[in-house]
Amino acid sequence: MMPPSPLRNTRCLPSSGAHPNKDGTNQRSAPLKLIAEHLAVDRGGRRVFAGLGFTLTAGHALVITGANGVGKSTLLRTLAGLVPAGEGGLTLEGGEPERSVAEHAHYFGHDSAVKRALTVLENLEFWREFTAPARPLGFAGKALASREILDRLGIGHTVNLPAAYLSAGQTRRLALARLFVSPRPIWLMDEPTSALDTASEAQLLGFMNGHLADGGLIITATHSRLALSPAAALHLSAAVAPDAHEDTEEEPA
Amino acid sequence: MSGWFSALVARELRLALRVGGGALIGVLFFLAVVTVVPFGMGPDLNLLSRVGPAILWIGALLSTLLGLDRLFQADRDDGSLDLVLMAGRPMELVVLAKCLAHWVATGVPLVLAAPVLAVFLNLDPVAIGAVTLTLLVGTPALTLIGAIGAALTVSLRRGGLLLAVLVVPLAIPVLIFGVSAADAAVSEPMPFMTPFLILCALSLISAVVGPVAAAAALRFSAD
Repeated sequence: MMPPSPLRNTRCLPSSGAHPNKDGTNQRSAPLKLIAEHLAVDRGGRRVFAGLGFTLTAGHALVITGANGVGKSTLLRTLAGLVPAGEGGLTLEGGEPERSVAEHAHYFGHDSAVKRALTVLENLEFWREFTAPARPLGFAGKALASREILDRLGIGHTVNLPAAYLSAGQTRRLALARLFVSPRPIWLMDEPTSALDTASEAQLLGFMNGHLADGGLIITATHSRLALSPAAALHLSAAVAPDAHEDTEEEPA
Repeated sequence: MSGWFSALVARELRLALRVGGGALIGVLFFLAVVTVVPFGMGPDLNLLSRVGPAILWIGALLSTLLGLDRLFQADRDDGSLDLVLMAGRPMELVVLAKCLAHWVATGVPLVLAAPVLAVFLNLDPVAIGAVTLTLLVGTPALTLIGAIGAALTVSLRRGGLLLAVLVVPLAIPVLIFGVSAADAAVSEPMPFMTPFLILCALSLISAVVGPVAAAAALRFSAD
């Protein structure tokens, strides 16, 4: 049996009125909106979750909480197109046409995707050139120069060092720098604060809120409280009844 | 398109040539395989020159297989493969870029070493030229076919042996026409061009089939 394609159920609807008019200026466009409907994922013959749905509009964060093994990372990987959804679909309204949801997203997971034999700058420059940026209308994120973001993250002095010499926290910051050199509106972040010290954590929160202010979307799985604003909460619990929508509630932050 | 393609090729070459990259492992293994053959077969120079092209080709096949299991697995282990799949670039071309870099780093050194090692096997100059030429056009096919096996076994620990079992049957036509073209160059009645052109065709076919099949396997392996 063919496994369902990770991308089969994901589609992007170009926003109505998103076409530039004859003057070349952009008309007001519908904001980005990520809609997940009745998502169900099976892994290893076991249903991880089912009937999960949410709607997230531009400038909002979704904070996923829940016990270990309840499917937070699986949900993020499903949104990233890396795990096929067994049921349900994922739609991005107002995205760039002919690009999947995953191609609008940065995935910041547990693995740093840092090559230890390459220097810090080589690592980052590769992802800058390789990752196709996605700038749908209404998203104001800009690409930063590699050195600039490395400086801002406090690892500017390491640019010519092989990445093998970086500490765990520095490697994590190098992985984070990837999100800034190639702008994409959706950030999927799995435990973004792990291995970061308190100061870096505060800085990361600043970056995440800045991304929201630029009209981006953040979906993050976390165990620590993240002061993101505006944010909705999605609590995954072990027994998710099929076709019962999870409650997403606005949380004043 | 060319920007990201060359960026990927440059990165793969850097990784292959730096510490732990293993670009030279293949050519060292080739050297080991070819040099032990004269010791094993004894000092019969006529026999050596008759089986020489076959020995070189088998050595090249085994050396190519040696590092192939890491072609995609290294990227999977550190999470790069996830990001590559999400990057919005055609996976077929990504596979082609990785194969190109792998061939430049491991295939080309084999081709360059072959004339030197051919002397060990008592090949005459025409046969040396022929076997080097067949390796030049045939080793890309080995890499590209091997990429299919590498993509299929990407999620398996110690997938190297399984990769060899999967890939060797597919590589046999390349071996047959590579060796027969090299033999035909020295033995009079047989034409050189016929097997040589079939070998070229095999390389071209695998340049299409390999990336498409490997890309499909990689898309479904990302779990």
